[in-house]
Amino acid sequence: MAVYSTNEIRGGMKVMIDNDPCVIVDNEFVKPGKGQAFNRIKFRNLKTGRVIERTYKSGDNLEAADVVDVEAQFLYSDGSGLHFMVNDTYEQFALDETHVGDSKLWLKEQTDCMLTLWNGNPLAVAAPNFVVLKIVETDPGVRGDTSGGGGKPAKLETGAVVRVPLFVQEGELIKVDTRIGEYVSRVKE
Amino acid sequence: MTFWRPSATIEMLKARASIIANIRHFFAERGVLEVETPLLSHATVTDPHVLGIPALTRVGLIENTFYLQTSPEYAMKRLLAAGSGSIFQICKAFRQGDLGKNHNPEFTMLEWYRLDFDHHTLMDEMDELLQFILKTLPAERLSYANVFERFIGINPHFTTTEELATYAKQNINFSGELSDMNAWLNLLFTHCIEPNIAQEKPFFLFDFPVSQAALAKIRTENPPVASRFEVYFKGLELANGFHELQNATEQHKRFENDLIYREKHQLPKVPIDENFLAALENGLPDCSGVALGVDRLIMLALGGNSIKEVVGFDFERA
Repeated sequence: MAVYSTNEIRGGMKVMIDNDPCVIVDNEFVKPGKGQAFNRIKFRNLKTGRVIERTYKSGDNLEAADVVDVEAQFLYSDGSGLHFMVNDTYEQFALDETHVGDSKLWLKEQTDCMLTLWNGNPLAVAAPNFVVLKIVETDPGVRGDTSGGGGKPAKLETGAVVRVPLFVQEGELIKVDTRIGEYVSRVKE
Repeated sequence: MTFWRPSATIEMLKARASIIANIRHFFAERGVLEVETPLLSHATVTDPHVLGIPALTRVGLIENTFYLQTSPEYAMKRLLAAGSGSIFQICKAFRQGDLGKNHNPEFTMLEWYRLDFDHHTLMDEMDELLQFILKTLPAERLSYANVFERFIGINPHFTTTEELATYAKQNINFSGELSDMNAWLNLLFTHCIEPNIAQEKPFFLFDFPVSQAALAKIRTENPPVASRFEVYFKGLELANGFHELQNATEQHKRFENDLIYREKHQLPKVPIDENFLAALENGLPDCSGVALGVDRLIMLALGGNSIKEVVGFDFERA
């Protein structure tokens, strides 16, 4: 198995810590002018989502995690979880709701997304940065108001609720930035 | 690619130049002589935690490994032994592998030596320099023993590796084992003490354990302590100074111990600087000296968050 030295670890690398796959968030070099050097490493456990900080002696090794991101399509959800198909291989995977996390707010059937596999098993899924979804419920608001000032809540076909400008109506399609959960624009059908 | 561009803004570089001019002015007013010494040397430091960068040089048919200096300490002490009087230098120093927000393998160092100063008198002058450049309040001073007792309740002169390791494992999320007591002390200092000091005003830490004497005199009190100090401010280690060891035999012994440690830990073998030892044998006047990281000082003065914001070209762009 490949290993990374604490000296070469960068944000985004996937490593095994306490037998769990983790992604590196930050690696800070702590070195007294004279004395032992350390690396203060911040990582997110990909199974639990928790972010933890731990100090290592500089030069110690961390085992690389066999984690890959693949493009997949969301197929459907049922009692056993959400089902995905990998675009390249047509292989299908199921992921239970707790591992899907907030991504499920933005996924409707046939949405392309990024599936994270660890040792060939699905670990997490990320929605695309932007999705187009239909508004299924929102107050009529005030016609003619195009300022977008105040805004109002709108429920989307996936169940997510986002704030939209007053002029946006029920039944319209909107583009949403999934990273911050915010309305971007209206979309013509 | 925009890597041809400087990592600092031009405004930052102008402010940097003015700070360096102010430092020169500070020493000129005090009659301290500015000197220059070689950046490339036959020998380098033996300190196991300071790794020099070797440079292969060829003169005629003869190839030799020289070292980029990790600090100008040895050469400046040779000047002192030759009768220079008090001196200062602003120069580049190089350290292998040190790269991060607060570290660049090539950095600018201010080092100065004052005849007939002990480490406390030199701390006074350091405080004046910091107040002049950073407009700080007078610095706080605590001994190494006091600071450990205050923040973690352990006296570093009368402790054991086991006690330190136990405390560290209970209070720090640390993975691994450390081979010696000083490494545990460093871990505890950087994680449990440093975040709690030097936030409002500079902090001077003095009288180190004798195992961390480096090139400082040891005072045979009970317990014996090394006349060494370090300067901290806002999470940065700014400077390290000594009431300088004058005894050549003792200095040679410390170098040999460093080399044994290096061998045991598979660290690079390095030649001992015989010219420096010869200078000590000839006689180093009673003096104290200190090295200060100029890039970090400028970060503090101008509010930079990393070294690359205050140097023309950082390591990535070098």
